[in-house]
Amino acid sequence: MKIDNIPIDLILKNMFAATGTVLKIFFLTILFSVPLGFLVALARRSRFKIISLPTRIYQLIFRGTPLMLQLFFFMYGPFYIFGKGFERFTACIVAFVINYAAYFGEIFRGGIAAIPKGQYEAAKVLGYSRLQTFMRIILPQVVKNVIPATGNEFMTLVKDTALAQVISVSEIFDVASKAGSKYFSAIPVMIAALFYLVMNTAVEFAFKLIEKKFDYYKI
Amino acid sequence: MLVKAYNIKKKFDDVNVLEDISLEVKEGEVVSIIGPSGSGKSTLLRCLTQLERVDSGKIEIDGKVMVDTKDGKTVYADTNTLHEIQLKVGLVFQNFNLFPHYSVLKNIIDPQIVVLKRSKDEATKIAMELLYKMNLADKSHAYPCELSGGQQQRIAIARALALNPKILFFDEPTSALDPELTGEILKVIKNLAKEKMTMVIVTHEMAFAKEVSDRVIFMDKGFIVEQGTPQEIFGNSVNQRTKEFLSQMNSYNQFY
Repeated sequence: MKIDNIPIDLILKNMFAATGTVLKIFFLTILFSVPLGFLVALARRSRFKIISLPTRIYQLIFRGTPLMLQLFFFMYGPFYIFGKGFERFTACIVAFVINYAAYFGEIFRGGIAAIPKGQYEAAKVLGYSRLQTFMRIILPQVVKNVIPATGNEFMTLVKDTALAQVISVSEIFDVASKAGSKYFSAIPVMIAALFYLVMNTAVEFAFKLIEKKFDYYKI
Repeated sequence: MLVKAYNIKKKFDDVNVLEDISLEVKEGEVVSIIGPSGSGKSTLLRCLTQLERVDSGKIEIDGKVMVDTKDGKTVYADTNTLHEIQLKVGLVFQNFNLFPHYSVLKNIIDPQIVVLKRSKDEATKIAMELLYKMNLADKSHAYPCELSGGQQQRIAIARALALNPKILFFDEPTSALDPELTGEILKVIKNLAKEKMTMVIVTHEMAFAKEVSDRVIFMDKGFIVEQGTPQEIFGNSVNQRTKEFLSQMNSYNQFY
């Protein structure tokens, strides 16, 4: 099938293949950066400066510099420093995870801080231990608090996977822009836009569903 | 004596909130604490319920020493003892502090299961009995956000009672409620008084304090200024500061 003299079926085939890479980046990043972000949030809340300050500096660096630059850093940095580096896809995942954990850390920190002091006090007076209080009383409410902001990050992540091409990880946008320049056409990029939109529609639906699941109570 | 507290001192930054408070509460006694805002009433309750740590003084609850000061050193009991003491006291907050993500029933059974290791059946049975008593049995599956302030406060009282505390503290239990709902809470407290529940109530409801208390304590600026039977305090207090406060409260109540 050809439109405008472009082999659409071939491009689509390549893009579907690249979608696999995109989904792999997406799910691996979520899998590691969400729990890591949670630890970052707890570390930021620590009353020990020796824990909270380095965490804050880490967040500043990784939220304060371009993700693209961080991809380069994890791809080539270790070679310069240790003479040995990550494999391409691993470097990509490491950069995404460390970058997104910094953002998730901030979202979860806000979610924890939003729980009224009275919840901790009520639990303490009833005899809950600190761990029981956190796991049973605080955490479920934090999850509800952070759903909208987390949904935001998930959607951004889908689009950010396009940056992986800078270290030659072949993803959707990479395929599209290469095809675009080869056939001198904007159509491949338009198709790429559709791919991202479809994936993010799924994300949006998923979060709508999760939000609804937590709708049975209000704070 | 269920509660013995001697020479309690507590500072926030450089402000002395509790100057030198000594207080004893007998089993079955109902004690009201009144006084102007900032007089340290709530802080005293928070120290007795372990939500704040005292700077110095001695607190003993049901024969167990929570904290003691010897040779200028203030030492709290070990974690296990503190937990045991915690289980002997209940606290009802001004703004209820129910767990919003738990249903009414779960609010009352979860602490029993988690803290006292009761079986779910037993905890549910106890919870339902309390809900009947509070006239809220039909709300057991509702969530706190669906209830009025008065209903939420009654659930909070039930939640505290479910753990069989020896003494129940109330920190301005009706201050967040409108007058109509205030009545239902006061009724509950009156019924508990009839059942000889030991209670210490910080309140601005003078008429109620007069009616329900065995003893009234007037606090001001971190000191206990005066204490006695309701008749002594409300009827013919000789203390200038108490008289001032009570006349202010009277004119306030008449005005509104």
